[in-house]
Amino acid sequence: MKCDQCEKAAIVHETVIKGPSATEVHLCAEHAIAAGYPLPIDQPIADIMPKLAEIAKVEGTKLKERTQSCVACGLTFTAFRKTGMLGCPACYEAFMPMLEQIISRAQGGATHHLGQSPDGGVEAERIQILRAKLMRDLDAAISAEQYERAAKLRDELKALDSPDPAKTPG
Amino acid sequence: MNPAQPFSAAMSQIGPDCDVVVTSRVRLARNISGFPFLPRASNPVRQEILRVVRRAVDRCPRQVGANEGSEGGGGLRWIDLPSANSRDRILLSERHLVSRQFANAEGPRALALSTDEQSSVMVNEEDHLRIQSLCAGSRLPDAFESAFKLEHSLAETMSFSFHPRWGYLTACPTNVGSGIRMSAMLHLPGIVIMKQVDQVKRAARDLHVAVRGYYGEGSESIGDFFQFSNQNTLGSPEKQLLEEFHSVVLPRLIGYERDARVAAVARHHTRIMDIVHHALGNLISRYHQKADDATKDLSRVRFGVVMGLLPIDLSLVQRLLLQVQPAHLSIIDPRALEGDLMEREVRASLLRQAFAPPETEKG
Repeated sequence: MKCDQCEKAAIVHETVIKGPSATEVHLCAEHAIAAGYPLPIDQPIADIMPKLAEIAKVEGTKLKERTQSCVACGLTFTAFRKTGMLGCPACYEAFMPMLEQIISRAQGGATHHLGQSPDGGVEAERIQILRAKLMRDLDAAISAEQYERAAKLRDELKALDSPDPAKTPG
Repeated sequence: MNPAQPFSAAMSQIGPDCDVVVTSRVRLARNISGFPFLPRASNPVRQEILRVVRRAVDRCPRQVGANEGSEGGGGLRWIDLPSANSRDRILLSERHLVSRQFANAEGPRALALSTDEQSSVMVNEEDHLRIQSLCAGSRLPDAFESAFKLEHSLAETMSFSFHPRWGYLTACPTNVGSGIRMSAMLHLPGIVIMKQVDQVKRAARDLHVAVRGYYGEGSESIGDFFQFSNQNTLGSPEKQLLEEFHSVVLPRLIGYERDARVAAVARHHTRIMDIVHHALGNLISRYHQKADDATKDLSRVRFGVVMGLLPIDLSLVQRLLLQVQPAHLSIIDPRALEGDLMEREVRASLLRQAFAPPETEKG
């Protein structure tokens, strides 16, 4: 028998009697856990653990996003989601992983500024050239399975995007 | 803004490709380093932002506020919005110098405006500064140049929030990067008559261009006027974004409209003549006119003028499109402030006088 909520096989079967009517509930392991049912003991624990881990991971990420806030202005990510407005420049660092997706989606996949900079473009141009080189080196390192070198290059790329010039390599 | 000279605004002038393009605008979003963005800025902080921007504006060289070829000269005047009267605030939004939301908002905010009204800076709008340049017709490169000239001049006195990866930081993260928004207001009666609006909106979406109404974001199209603006602000140099919008997007949109006009006149000639002359008839004969109805009729007359179907000067139509708006109307005749009925009478009278021969006008 199929789960009431998806196409998987149901492992929890229950008849719920409320007043004069009775309804039958059939749920797979995943939906049974989500609905708070104890699982039957014949379900192999090895089958359940990855699902539980997945649920915990998703819920953990959601909780992290909900509670994450900007140290400079105190804006929470949840508050940002409601208005679409950030509170201060530091919010860009505080919500970087989530903002990367939002900005890239809104900007047709673009993830880096390539235009003018307050210093007249000299510094920005230097960073762009360096970034292009590091990205080429990173591709080469991954292709050659040089993972230690790839990790180092990733760190350098990350440092390049830091707003603090002191962290900028080169 | 100078109510005594109400026709210096780009909205009331004509320029290149004016049969389709009414105005072109370039707007740059900037925030000052060290301050929170507007949503988290208290009124004292907003006052401090005004003070910092005003100091920078006062130090701008006089020629900075002037566009290439403009007659009015430069220099920026400071208009404190909370202390301006409501008519003047509406006047600014009718000239498309500020958004309606900004005109009616609360809290410390200002507009620094050049004498020729083509360059301006909105202070404490969605971002600390919205530096903009507005030109008549298809003149995006001119608007681009003067907006950046003003931006560079302001940057001499203040520093803008900038991130090496994200570029200029904005309150709304989707404006980040160059912070540049280029837009053109287009008159598209041909596309409307040929029922191609949805097709054009789809084409615009494919070109990463947003379509908005007569008064920008959140407004409806009135009189077949639509605003088109670039959506992408990140990942390309500013000049490339300008090149794409001015040399690829705009010519394509202008081409759609001109093709639609030719097809409309070829296939529905008598219907077009009827629409255009009926609108002119309304303007000549009505004794009460609502602002939106007047805009619609003027739009149809504009269509007739640019198609050579009506022997009327386009600059007259363009001027009237601005003058029939409530705040502008009240400058011409203060009786327009005496209630809706009187406003409609004043508007109808203005239009009759503009289009009818003087001897036919009675009372």
